[in-house]
Amino acid sequence: MTTTPIEIGLLLAGILFSLGLIGVLVRKNIIFILMSIEIMLNAAGLAFILAGARWAQADGQVMFLFILTMAAAEVSVGLAIILQFYHLFKTLNADAASKMRG
Amino acid sequence: MTVIFYIAAFVAITSTVMVITRSNAVHALLYLVVSLLAVSIIFFTVGAPFVGILEIIIYAGAIMVLFIFVIMMLNLGEDATKQEKQWMNGKMWIGPGILTIILLLEFIYIFFAGIHKNLSGTTVTPRQVGLSLFSSYLLGVELAAFLLLAGIVGAYHLGHRPKKVVHRFLEERTSE
Repeated sequence: MTTTPIEIGLLLAGILFSLGLIGVLVRKNIIFILMSIEIMLNAAGLAFILAGARWAQADGQVMFLFILTMAAAEVSVGLAIILQFYHLFKTLNADAASKMRG
Repeated sequence: MTVIFYIAAFVAITSTVMVITRSNAVHALLYLVVSLLAVSIIFFTVGAPFVGILEIIIYAGAIMVLFIFVIMMLNLGEDATKQEKQWMNGKMWIGPGILTIILLLEFIYIFFAGIHKNLSGTTVTPRQVGLSLFSSYLLGVELAAFLLLAGIVGAYHLGHRPKKVVHRFLEERTSE
């Protein structure tokens, strides 16, 4: 009975990851896309933590710390890009940047 | 603890669905914070209290504050005051408020039931995490430091707007 919630937890991580993926694919607003990426990173971290709890090792939590670091760096750079994007295109529609100028 | 786990999982899925279906960015952010808090409660129930606290402090605290700053910076328009008045009615707070109260009750239960009575039977303490992090994963910590440095430099470089200086005859772009 003790392992069943861990499996349900992995299922939950899969559901959260799928919801984040759906958000990335469906939304056009670039801020929502970044939020959905955060949801996906968080779901991946949840899977690491559950695996670490299953084997009672600290490695899962260490991996979560690395994911946290990566998410912080990614969000700071991503939000700076969003500010430049809005400054340039005066919109948050991600399709506005679909054409590149070489 | 199993019931706590299932309730937190339900709250996480509900709030995540609300995040990707909202039209207002601030409302979506509110639900995203609730979703992160629910995942943090799940961390507590599976015996990982250290990352549960880190999830609240860094994810739901620092990273979400960054999002709020940027959304507020982008919203400086003519209809910002109208939106502000619209947000003051408080109806929007009911959904996240109820979900957060559920999570708070769960957290109080975990606090009094004891952190060691969790689903996996063992608690991975911060001491174990720190020992593993600074012995076998030391190279990873240094790489994370490099990544954060690159993030700082990249964010500074990208957020740095070139100032337009118009001279009497020629127009030149300098970076302030």
